[in-house]
Amino acid sequence: MRDPRRLRLVGLALGLLALLLAPFLVDALLGRAWVRVLDLVLLYAMLALGLNIVVGYAGLLDLGFVAFFAVGAYLYALCASPHFGLHLPFWLLLPAAALLAAGVGVLLGAPTLRLRGDYLAIVTLGFGEIIRIFLNNLNAPVNLTNGPQGITMIRPIEIAGVSMARPVELAGLTVPSLHLYYYLFLGFAALALVVSSRLEDSRIGRAWIAIREDEVAARACGVNTRDLKLLAFALGASFGGVAGALYASFQGFVSPESFGLTESVMILCMVVLGGMGHVRGVVLGAALLVALPEALRYTGPLQRALLGSVYIEPSDLRLLLFGLALVLVARWRPAGLWPSPVRRRELAERHAPGGPESAQ
Amino acid sequence: MSTSPALHLDDIARAFGGVQALSGVSLSVPAGCIYGLIGPNGAGKTTLFNVVTGFVAADRGRCLLHGLPITGLSVHEVTARGLARTFQNIRLFGEMTALENVMVGLHRQGRAGVLASVLRTAAARREQAGFVERAMALLDRVGAGAQASRRAGTLAYGLQRRVEIARALATGPRVLALDEPAAGMNASETDGLRELIASLRNDGLTVLLIEHDMRLVMGLCDRVAVLDRGRLIAEGPPAAVRTDPAVIEAYLGHAPVGEGH
Repeated sequence: MRDPRRLRLVGLALGLLALLLAPFLVDALLGRAWVRVLDLVLLYAMLALGLNIVVGYAGLLDLGFVAFFAVGAYLYALCASPHFGLHLPFWLLLPAAALLAAGVGVLLGAPTLRLRGDYLAIVTLGFGEIIRIFLNNLNAPVNLTNGPQGITMIRPIEIAGVSMARPVELAGLTVPSLHLYYYLFLGFAALALVVSSRLEDSRIGRAWIAIREDEVAARACGVNTRDLKLLAFALGASFGGVAGALYASFQGFVSPESFGLTESVMILCMVVLGGMGHVRGVVLGAALLVALPEALRYTGPLQRALLGSVYIEPSDLRLLLFGLALVLVARWRPAGLWPSPVRRRELAERHAPGGPESAQ
Repeated sequence: MSTSPALHLDDIARAFGGVQALSGVSLSVPAGCIYGLIGPNGAGKTTLFNVVTGFVAADRGRCLLHGLPITGLSVHEVTARGLARTFQNIRLFGEMTALENVMVGLHRQGRAGVLASVLRTAAARREQAGFVERAMALLDRVGAGAQASRRAGTLAYGLQRRVEIARALATGPRVLALDEPAAGMNASETDGLRELIASLRNDGLTVLLIEHDMRLVMGLCDRVAVLDRGRLIAEGPPAAVRTDPAVIEAYLGHAPVGEGH
């Protein structure tokens, strides 16, 4: 009866059921707008998991991660919109986005191999801005990206002739577009989660973590740090590229201003707040940071109802709470809200660090 | 077995700015022995270690490992050719368990790439299981088996040393270079270390040992080389070296070297 494996199985089945029903429940209880939030949570979870490979595992502080998101989004936008009159299918564009982003990741990684910590952060920050400014300005002399206006009328993803932009009738049940995207994103986020967690407990993942902990010692162990850092950049970037392509199809519109520094910082915060190097923590971080601003929208009407007028704009409140959350986490939970088990144990034991600390 | 020495250094020189850390050091480490490298602070011992293991490039000279040149190779390539090292200030991966630390040492002997790891192919799982088994055996070998699942950063100092040696052994070395392994150890920890190093030699390993603990060096080493200000001033069996006038002068002591620090 109390077979732990059976309990686990039951728990897993219940969890899966909850995930499948989530959009309908959220739709009924909170409204359609929250299904959209759910979609974005999954999308950002994918991004955060990608960045987690670079920052959380390999310990390379990357402040320009949004560039890979942009690369994927623009690849999809350019190849599936009237802008060039191209309408390539998504099953071609998603792998292409992953590959292109990985290539750009290597391009960024190669010249920065000798940099660590702050210096790497500065270079990657600049790199992220370069990509954004390129997208902004590549509308002349040849109009490649349509500049600041962005690209509109991007084709939604079609699976077996069924467009995800329109509701689907399924056995008498109407499944709205947002729900369809939810299931699509859920699949990809689950894939990202499985890939991340399996890599963590593998020869490759251990080598990454070794580099994060002490690069010199990792080399002395026979780890080819150059190749493994490039691999981390490429793989993390490919997550970002796929997420970008999905985002472009989901929004139907992309413009350079969606890919600014604040986005990079947000994704990094998801990783840090949730628990660097721990996939579940990272997903939790993504969920909190996407949902929080949406929840804060309610504070506007609430203030008006209670106090007669809006004293603090919800968007200001968001930044305020955001900063507060970061300070609190840094003070009370330095390894993140949901740290990986080894770290949690260490913090509980409260041992003084013995060896040289070399994280970033 | 080949008759070439385990390690042969030929006229190794290295300067840092105006400081000539090493000025033409040549020596041969016979296979299967414990070879001590001593000298006063700043004599160039660690620099020599760093040059041999590829951390620092030599200005001139060459270095042969079992007859094959390793000069100019990067660190991980030197390790792959069978020369492993530990560090003067222990450098474990603090957030990882002792077992995982040793498993990183096995990295090069694995094949599983990204795809195999993600798919958890039969080969990848077998490799992983083999890694765990071998890492466990190595931890047992150095006497840290009971701490396998402890976070490395929380281990007692002496145990950290042992885990670091296990991790170096995991790379499959023929020559093991230990940089002041007894530094900071108490007498009983040092005794345990002495036994461990002696047993490694009995397994056929060549051990290159930098050490300040003279009792350990003189009792353990088969041969000793003495560096002073970047030059080799004496080389030979411990008994001969300790009475060498040049060595006594280098240490600026009237007392015999054997009285310890």
